[in-house]
Amino acid sequence: MLRAVVTQVVVPATLIFSALTFSPVSRAQSAAPQSGAARDQQATSTDQELDGWGHPFTSLPKDRKLAPAPRHDISGIWDPPHMSGLGVFGAISMPDDGKPEHQPPYTSLGLEKLRTTKPTSGIRAVVPSETNDPFVLCDPQGMPREDLYELRTVQIFQTPERVAMLYQFGRIWRVIWTDGRELPKDPEPRWFGYSVGKWVDDYTFVVETTGTDERTWVDRAGRPHSDELHIEERFHRPDRDHLELTVTIDDPKMYTKPWVALDKLVFELQPSTFDVREMICSPSEYELYNKMMGDRISGK
Amino acid sequence: MRRWVVKGKFLMAPVLVLAISIVSLPLWAHHGFAAYDTEKKLTLKGTVTQWLWSNPHCLVQVDATDDSGQVARWILETENPSSMARNGWTKDSLKIGDQITVTVMPAKRGGSVGRIIDMVLPNGQRLMGRGNPSNPGAKPEESPKP
Repeated sequence: MLRAVVTQVVVPATLIFSALTFSPVSRAQSAAPQSGAARDQQATSTDQELDGWGHPFTSLPKDRKLAPAPRHDISGIWDPPHMSGLGVFGAISMPDDGKPEHQPPYTSLGLEKLRTTKPTSGIRAVVPSETNDPFVLCDPQGMPREDLYELRTVQIFQTPERVAMLYQFGRIWRVIWTDGRELPKDPEPRWFGYSVGKWVDDYTFVVETTGTDERTWVDRAGRPHSDELHIEERFHRPDRDHLELTVTIDDPKMYTKPWVALDKLVFELQPSTFDVREMICSPSEYELYNKMMGDRISGK
Repeated sequence: MRRWVVKGKFLMAPVLVLAISIVSLPLWAHHGFAAYDTEKKLTLKGTVTQWLWSNPHCLVQVDATDDSGQVARWILETENPSSMARNGWTKDSLKIGDQITVTVMPAKRGGSVGRIIDMVLPNGQRLMGRGNPSNPGAKPEESPKP
C-alpha cells in the first residue's frame, strides 16, 4: 500500500543539477602514486564494505603501510570518518552547547542577528514547525555550511584551471579557481560564494571564499554571517589515503576575530569505483516524511 | 467603497492566515539523534504497516503487540537510504505485512516513536539501524547539555 502511495506522490527530484563537464584530469605535475587507481591496487584485503548503492567494495587493510601523497593533488573520492551527518549541533569545533569556549566571538551586531535565527538543534532549538532555517525549504546550504553540516562523501576533480567539488549531501557542486586569479572586489552574491585556491606547499591546498549569499547560515545552529564573510578552507593531504580539512570563519561585522569552525576533519580515500548515492532535498520526499513524523519529536 | 475594503480585509484575513501557515510549514522536519533517549532500549514485535525508503530518514510504521495483547502503532526511524544501504539495507528489506522484532531507542517525548537500533526480519536476518561498518566505534554526536 505504501509503495503505491510513494509511486504516486514522489516525483523526480526538483533540484536538478546543471551538467558539469570536466576536461580530463591533469596529473602531469604529479610523480607520486596516484589516488584512486593506485589505492585500488593495494586493496588486497578481504574486508568488504558496501557503497551508497549497496555494492560491495574492498576497503584498504587497516594495517597497511601509508603511501606518500601525490604532489599538488587532492583529487579522489573522500569519505569523512562517520557515515552519519556531522555538525548536527553546529560547527563541529564550535557546537552550540552553551559552553563559553564554544561560543563564536560575536560582535553586538552578530548577537543581534543570531537572535533572529531559529534553529532546530543546539541550546536555542525550536520545534521543526517554528524554525526559519532556510534549508527546511530546500534552499541550498551554501558556504560554509556545506562544510559544516552533513558533510558526507566529497568527490574532487582537478584540472589546471580549477578544482571541482561534488558534495553528496544535496548533490551540490562548486568550483574553485586555480588559474591565479584574485577574488573579485565586489562580487554578486552566490549561494556558494566565489572561490579561489592555491597550493601553499606540495600537500596543502588553501581555498578562499567571499561573495556568499546572506540568506544562508554559517551552520545548523544558526550562526550568522554578513556580506563581509571570508572563509578559508585548508585541505592538507598527509599521505595518499587521507585528507584533512580545516575551516576558518572571518566576518568582521559578525565576529570580533576569526574562529575555527572545523579543525582537521580527516577524510579517507575511497576506491575509484565507489558509487556515491544521491542525497537530494526533495520537497515531495520531505512531505512524506513530515506526514509520518511531523512534530512528534523535537530536535532538542 | 470603504465598506467593501473593510469587508475585503475581513475576507482576506483567513486567506492570509492560511497562506502564512502553508508557507511557514517546513519541508524538512529532520531532526537530530538527540531527540531519542540513548539510555533506554525497547524491544517491539509487530507487523509492518508502512515502509518509507527516502530522505531525510527512512521510516517504518509498525503495529506492535505487547504481552497483554494490546496493539500500539509505532513510527520507527532509521537513517537516510545512503547510510542504510552501506549497512546492508535495501528498499526491499521490508514489505507490508512482515512480522519483525525490532530494538529501538524511544523518543524523549514519548509518543510511540523510536529510533531503530537493530531489526530481525522474518527470515532471521538482522539489520543494524545505525553505525559505520568501517568505523564501528564511531559514536553519534552528543546532545548539548547546557
